Amino acid sequence: MSDLFAVVMLSGIYSLISASLFLDLDAVDVAFTEASVGAGISTLLMLASLKLVSRYQKKTRYKPILAFFVVVTTGAMLIYGTLDMPHFGTADAPVHTHVAPRYLNESMGEIGVPNVVTSVLASYRGYDTLGETLVIFTAGIGVMALLMVSKQTKQESKKLIPADMQQQIILRIVAKMMIPLILMFALYVQFHGDYGPGGGFQAGVIFAAGIILYTMLFGLSTSQEVFKATTIELFTAAGVLLYGGVGVVCMLLGGNFLDYDFLKHDPVHGQHLGILLVELGVGITVASVMMIIFFKFTWRTVKHKYKK
Amino acid sequence: MNILGLYNYWIVVVLMLIGFYIVIAHENLIKKLVGLSIFQTSVFFFYISMGKITGATAPILDEKYELYSNPLPHVLILTAIVVGIATTALGLALVVRIQEAYGSIEERDIQEQDAHDQLECQLEAYGPSSMEISDEQEQDE
Amino acid sequence: MELVLDIISWIFLVTGCFFCLTGAVGLLRFPDFFSRIHAASITDTLGAGLILIGLMFQSGGWGLVMPKLVLILLFSLLASTTASHAIAKAALKSGLKPEVSSADEPSEGESSSKL
Repeated sequence: MSDLFAVVMLSGIYSLISASLFLDLDAVDVAFTEASVGAGISTLLMLASLKLVSRYQKKTRYKPILAFFVVVTTGAMLIYGTLDMPHFGTADAPVHTHVAPRYLNESMGEIGVPNVVTSVLASYRGYDTLGETLVIFTAGIGVMALLMVSKQTKQESKKLIPADMQQQIILRIVAKMMIPLILMFALYVQFHGDYGPGGGFQAGVIFAAGIILYTMLFGLSTSQEVFKATTIELFTAAGVLLYGGVGVVCMLLGGNFLDYDFLKHDPVHGQHLGILLVELGVGITVASVMMIIFFKFTWRTVKHKYKK
Repeated sequence: MNILGLYNYWIVVVLMLIGFYIVIAHENLIKKLVGLSIFQTSVFFFYISMGKITGATAPILDEKYELYSNPLPHVLILTAIVVGIATTALGLALVVRIQEAYGSIEERDIQEQDAHDQLECQLEAYGPSSMEISDEQEQDE
Repeated sequence: MELVLDIISWIFLVTGCFFCLTGAVGLLRFPDFFSRIHAASITDTLGAGLILIGLMFQSGGWGLVMPKLVLILLFSLLASTTASHAIAKAALKSGLKPEVSSADEPSEGESSSKL
């Protein structure tokens, strides 16, 4: 397949199908994330970069027999390795015997949050999530460093860029109706994550998707008036800072780093508050990193348009 | 029946190999990134399918249910997905820069240009005396 | 009462599935891009819509599930019709003409089957 556009669309469809498979495997939170990230943002970013590179792949006559051989050998070895694995769906597999029962049985008493995924994510494995948030933050910085925008382009673009879809009246009207609801849904996902599937990661991505939709329809300069690049850059750092700050406050109050029991007099209330704040931090970072990445790609397109 | 109970791992292996094959056999950098994301998804499936218990429900506690699937893989994969998109975005940014620098995102073109640049550098460094050698090298190619 | 609700909901579900199937068949078999997008949008609106209505009868009273399903229905109606419109408009803008009859211009059929 030499049309990369089709490749990218197919990978988006693949993500959506795998999201429904995750749902079938009881992983509601993962399915939610995969649907919003894989089928939404990832496809969008790939399309945005396709705009900058050529859409068609060059034809090659080279036949990768060696690669095929390597792949088949690896596959045979991996399948041989699976013969010792526990069967699919068995309840007494080693995975289910170690920490999982503790999480499932005691999280209600210790943390008081029905969604165990949220409590494990934000409380039991809070360090882990802090690390992941930092990775996202770093990736955002990396993209910013790679795709810098000069001041000159910014000034030129203020006069010059019309939105790509200025004439699409129906799209604009429907989007105007949908965008506030998308943003509200993002906030619902953010703060309802304790009780149902959802949380900071999904909410951040959905929020960013709403803003990106707005940017695509109404132009980069219009949306930059509300979401200035410097403000978003500040917010990426603020999210991580909020996360780390909660940890430090816990230390100041006499606990360990990220030990929310000490945030309030009642440990369960403290845990609630801690999880809420930490998820908010994650949401802010994820949303602003996604927005920054998209904006940087779009700035590149603008720059190319007016350089030529 | 004994062996068929392992089918989830086989699906994972097949998906993983499809991704792996795309990464090593295709020359286009965007396709390589798509291959990487397929590879990634196969790992996600591996974790999630290990956490599944037959007859269990999603790990959101409720009085109506007794048996829940393992929440730990869900947590790990949830964060991994978002980190995955962040790294993919970084990769895409690199691809964009490569396109700007080389004018192509095909691996072979990039390598050819690199080899060419290297030759030119050598010519400049060693002067015309090494010209003959490098000419021979070019003929060999 | 339960039985009546069940029967109604199953009627909706089965009709919805039927429309999904016809949409899929149409997507594969229709001659040109515009008739194919018509088939695809039938899957989105009628198929998914009827299935959602069927599920509303199954949801058991006016709980939290019912309004959520109504919202999903509204959103999917809005979003999928708009998306179909946008795709069709983009195709028309980039120069793809609807194929009026398959007999007159075979070259046009080729160009549309690429998409």
